[in-house]
Amino acid sequence: MNRPARHGDARDGVHLPHPAEEVDRITRHLRNAAKQHKRRGFVVALSGGIDSSVVAALVSNAVGPERVLAVLMPEIDSASDTVPLAERVARHLELPAVLEDVTPLLATAGCYARRDEAIRSAIPDYGEGWAAKLVLPDPTRSDTYALSSLVARDPAGREHRVRLDPDAYRQVVAATSFKQRVRAMLSYFHADRMHYLVAGTPNRLEYELGFFVKNGDGAADVKPIAHLFKTQVYDLAAHLGLPSDVRSRVPTTDTYALPQRQDEFYFPLPHEGMDLCLHALDEGLPASALCDVLGLEERQVQRVFDDIEAKRRVAAYLHATPTLLSPVPPRTEQDEAVLDLAAS
Amino acid sequence: MHATIERDVRTFLDENFMLDADPTALSNDASLTRHGVLDSMGVLELIAYLEQRFDITIPDEDTLPENLDSIARIVQYVAQRSNGQAS
Repeated sequence: MNRPARHGDARDGVHLPHPAEEVDRITRHLRNAAKQHKRRGFVVALSGGIDSSVVAALVSNAVGPERVLAVLMPEIDSASDTVPLAERVARHLELPAVLEDVTPLLATAGCYARRDEAIRSAIPDYGEGWAAKLVLPDPTRSDTYALSSLVARDPAGREHRVRLDPDAYRQVVAATSFKQRVRAMLSYFHADRMHYLVAGTPNRLEYELGFFVKNGDGAADVKPIAHLFKTQVYDLAAHLGLPSDVRSRVPTTDTYALPQRQDEFYFPLPHEGMDLCLHALDEGLPASALCDVLGLEERQVQRVFDDIEAKRRVAAYLHATPTLLSPVPPRTEQDEAVLDLAAS
Repeated sequence: MHATIERDVRTFLDENFMLDADPTALSNDASLTRHGVLDSMGVLELIAYLEQRFDITIPDEDTLPENLDSIARIVQYVAQRSNGQAS
């Protein structure tokens, strides 16, 4: 894990002191991964967001732009700036790119129909002309549990907020996860046909706290920024000279038809605050250490700490590999330890 | 009434979240979230169960740990709610 030097302001601890060295380290690892798996290059699902743009730049640095394929996979609910920004990054990095509109695949899989069916269990009129998103209450402002609500906008522009029952909520999430899983399927189609690796794009917040879809955007051969705070990803973006409109774009999920910030859907604070909280937990600092820098009371920071712990527990399932009845070759060091334990 | 609520809630938690764990190991005052019995999805499941089983409505502002984070608190809250004494 990257451990930048810490001094002065608490914010210093989550910045990269030497971005050039980090780029060198990551590109070295990327080249090693390609050699290890005997693959010629990398596929990156490019969304125009900061994470995929930085990963695209890193794999390009590692093997050269001609050995990278940027795959742009918008669908009907994508934001209007998604494709233009992704195209801009691909042009800026001189990457070969393909545009795959995944809307027809998603429609065939029933992504939209299954999602809307679940929403209609709470809002019977939901349908053509409506749009929706899932939102969380702000845990720093409320003592209530962080239970998702569905916010829907009707064709007249009126907003409706409802608490979905568990079955409907799970169906909305499961149907929406088709989006990440279809993108993973297409990424691997291109990777297989070109003999490339798939480079995943989660940053540390997403990877550690489970903000990804298992076998969707969680599926990749190498995850070159999974050890970096989002703040550090921005540091790399600046160092790599990525376009300013990519670097200034507010992180969104780009998954629901209504605009949805990541801190509305999953994280209790915007990424700057989340990075500071994760860093404080790394260092064993108490909640009180962050009150000034976050402008929150100790109990509010503690609620964020508790939310992080809860998300880590949920993430354990997302990270788990399939359960085997006994280790099967090729064995990992972890398998050997299990065998040693069983034999002892 | 309290004994009935406790029995039903324990059965619900045992069947849905604790599976093979020893149900007697969970004291009435133990935090369900800190013991890993419930995550946020589990809380949503619990609320739906309580509303359906005890024919009550749990408004958003009542979805608080002090009402729902232990078996004792759930029993107390459901009993109050059933008697029309919202906390």
